[in-house]
Amino acid sequence: MSDAVHDHEEVDVSRRKFLTAATAATGAIGAGFTLVPFLASWKPSERARAMGAPVEIDLSKLEPGQMITPSWRKQPIYVVRRTPELLAKLASHDANLKDPQSAASNQPEYTKNAQRSLRPEFLVLFGTCTHLGCLPKEHFKPADAQLGADWPGGFFCPCHGSRFDMAGRVFNGSPASLNLAIPPHSFASDTKLVIGVDPTSAKGAA
Amino acid sequence: MAASSHDAAGKGGFRAWLNKRLPVDEFVQSQLTGYFAPKNFNVWYFFGALSLLVFVIQILSGIFLTMHYKVGEATAFDSVEYIMREVEWGWFIRYMHSTGASFFFIVVYLHMLRAMLYGSYRAPRELLWIFGMVVYLALMAEAFMGYVLPWGNMSYWGAQVIVNLFGTIPVIGPGLVEWIRGDYGIADSTLNRFFSLHVVAVPFALAFLILMHLVALRQTGSNNPDGIEIKANLGANGKPVDGIPFHPYYTVKDLVGVGAFLIFFCIVLFFVPTFGGLFLEKPNFEPANPLSTPTHIAPVWYFTPFYAMLRAVPDQQLGALLMLLSIVVFFFLPWLDRSPVKSIRYKGILSKIFLAGFVVSFVALGYFGMMPAEGTYVILARIFTIIYFAFFLLMPWYTRVEKTSPVPQRVTFHA
Amino acid sequence: MRKSFPALVIAAAFAVLPLAQAAEHEEAAGQCRALDVAHWKAGTEIGNSASLQRGARNFMGYCAGCHSLKYARYSRIAKDLGIPDEQFEKSLLPAGASKNDYVIAPLDAIDGNAWFGKAPPDLSLIARSRGTDYLYQFLKSFYADPATASGVNNLSLPGTAMPHVLSALQGVPEAVRCTLTENAGGEGGAVKGDSVVQKLEVPVAGQLSAAEYDEFVRDTVNFLDYVGEPAKLHRTSIGIWVILFLLVFTGFAYLLKQEYWKDVK
Repeated sequence: MSDAVHDHEEVDVSRRKFLTAATAATGAIGAGFTLVPFLASWKPSERARAMGAPVEIDLSKLEPGQMITPSWRKQPIYVVRRTPELLAKLASHDANLKDPQSAASNQPEYTKNAQRSLRPEFLVLFGTCTHLGCLPKEHFKPADAQLGADWPGGFFCPCHGSRFDMAGRVFNGSPASLNLAIPPHSFASDTKLVIGVDPTSAKGAA
Repeated sequence: MAASSHDAAGKGGFRAWLNKRLPVDEFVQSQLTGYFAPKNFNVWYFFGALSLLVFVIQILSGIFLTMHYKVGEATAFDSVEYIMREVEWGWFIRYMHSTGASFFFIVVYLHMLRAMLYGSYRAPRELLWIFGMVVYLALMAEAFMGYVLPWGNMSYWGAQVIVNLFGTIPVIGPGLVEWIRGDYGIADSTLNRFFSLHVVAVPFALAFLILMHLVALRQTGSNNPDGIEIKANLGANGKPVDGIPFHPYYTVKDLVGVGAFLIFFCIVLFFVPTFGGLFLEKPNFEPANPLSTPTHIAPVWYFTPFYAMLRAVPDQQLGALLMLLSIVVFFFLPWLDRSPVKSIRYKGILSKIFLAGFVVSFVALGYFGMMPAEGTYVILARIFTIIYFAFFLLMPWYTRVEKTSPVPQRVTFHA
Repeated sequence: MRKSFPALVIAAAFAVLPLAQAAEHEEAAGQCRALDVAHWKAGTEIGNSASLQRGARNFMGYCAGCHSLKYARYSRIAKDLGIPDEQFEKSLLPAGASKNDYVIAPLDAIDGNAWFGKAPPDLSLIARSRGTDYLYQFLKSFYADPATASGVNNLSLPGTAMPHVLSALQGVPEAVRCTLTENAGGEGGAVKGDSVVQKLEVPVAGQLSAAEYDEFVRDTVNFLDYVGEPAKLHRTSIGIWVILFLLVFTGFAYLLKQEYWKDVK
């Protein structure tokens, strides 16, 4: 120490420690609070949220056996109108599936059923492979030339060869381990599908 | 805080490991606990540390603004409104940056005035002063280009006026102006290059210059309100008898300054972010419009003293030259001051009068720079411009002829 | 006491100022004097949410046909002003607009140019670039002027292309003129002999009384003030907490500094 500073005996060490701790703690809390706005500024902005608002899709022109791929929150959504034949095949291959009951997979509660849908006819899926995010291709015709005679119809991911059935459930032997996810959706009317809104009434779930 | 002894085993092991590879303790010892500063610093000595704080605030808020801002003639203005409205807390980050810009100049001006009060620019601190002045120049460039980025109508016309100043340079002027703009008017290309300079080049330069400013400070040591060298008075242990370790004494003291400063800062940020049109000007809430000049065009307050001098001269080239000189003359201060003493405390009455005249004229010119250039304002601006320059140009005379008071051996300090 | 004397003088001056001004006006009642529109104050309160809601209703009903608020979304306005979704969609959301849309007027710039000679400006930032007082003055100082295309003129923006959209509410004021008997003072001001507008009188009242119209304008201006800076609604209340926190921090730091500086002799 220099001559200007005297190490006098009466230094109240506990007071110094307390004030140091109090100042440091207050400063740390302040720094923490200051951090909040900066971190929060990375959240989706109101513009992003407005653009991620629910989308309405007209189903009146969708023919049985066809698929359309609208986009919601910058992700492709697969909307398939399944034929009765395709629906009938769904129960036939549970033994070949990794997660036949969709126990581990991501979907709203109201689609956790055999057809994985609100209305059996309409399948609504996130079009991104649960493996690494490629877009699986439609191979709806059973006994596909590329996928073998016992192919019941479904999706095939060209990137790493994951296979999914007509309910988006993943087959054994695929690199993906989860079924294709399902976005929240509901039906505003018989021909109007809303993606991004859960069904609120019996009518929406019907 | 020095490491207490009870954490020796675990942390001490790591500390030893670390110090073998990185001179942490050595740095703390040489720069903080072993760096001796005069014990008689007064309130004027807060502003150096506070300038550094504002620099950090500007870098931090600037980084986050850059994440949302979209440079470009067609997008810049909209993206600033996007930040103000649609980005969560965006208004806070933007006001932090705009308030920071003005506070940067407030603390830097007070920091400079401190140096002028106590002769901190005098030998052996000439280089320290010059580095500081270069920091100030870089800061002006940074502030000017930053002001263009929101692409409001004042941004546009401010850029127009300031860039045209370069056109007053004989021969190369017109070509230079075109080269700076990259177009035949202030345009997208101008905005884009200012963005790059504002966000990358000048902040890097500033960081380097500030570092050099601090290195030079560590070499000479701080001056103090008495303007005497504490190193001339060493105790038995080889330390200055009037010096105290920077840490903990000045770190805890600066914390108080930081707290008080942040209170003022946040009052502006949360309650009066435009500061009545001084910090954020009204016409800048209209998008840039090359076909309509704002009725009354003035730079932001921190440039108005120089702007007033520019307008006080009824000749374009001489006006620009005078404005340039008003800043350049600061660089020569160490050699203009011939007084046997450094601090204003012991200088004679003439120094006090001229320094007071300088401060008054700087403030007054700042006010006239905001007012329309007409009538009495122009005449007053001329008078104060003369007083401003008299402070510098007559300094070799008045500092030599005046009677100074005796300087004490030891610093003045009342515990 | 010596130190506080100047403060006392200033305080006294401020206290006396309004009285002096009032006296001045009274004294001037007899003689000719131009209506001082430029000093009218809007007196809006951003914290008055009922006023803001009424202002939003006014704007959507009377302004939004021509003026956009291109940075403001319907949904954000509803949320910030505390208007329930259902009520908002029923009464404020124009047909065909989605609540997440920006407030864009159906009138486009080309039509605007054709109809008014100048496209109606976007009003998102008008309260910031011109100030609330100006908007208040503008909306309150329309008067009949057969010489103009729209049949009205405006004291605060002479020659404005905007028709008096609110005439159904206010009626169309007539300008009462007088001739100055002395120079009004100030550079470029009116001089002796000039005819100036002394006051505005409404010959046939509209749907609103003068006081109701005043409130209508004030609410609308208040709404535009909010639209200019939505963060204004809560930044001051956050600020109070920040300042209180900083006072605590500075207090601790000060005690810490005092404690350490006991060492320094």
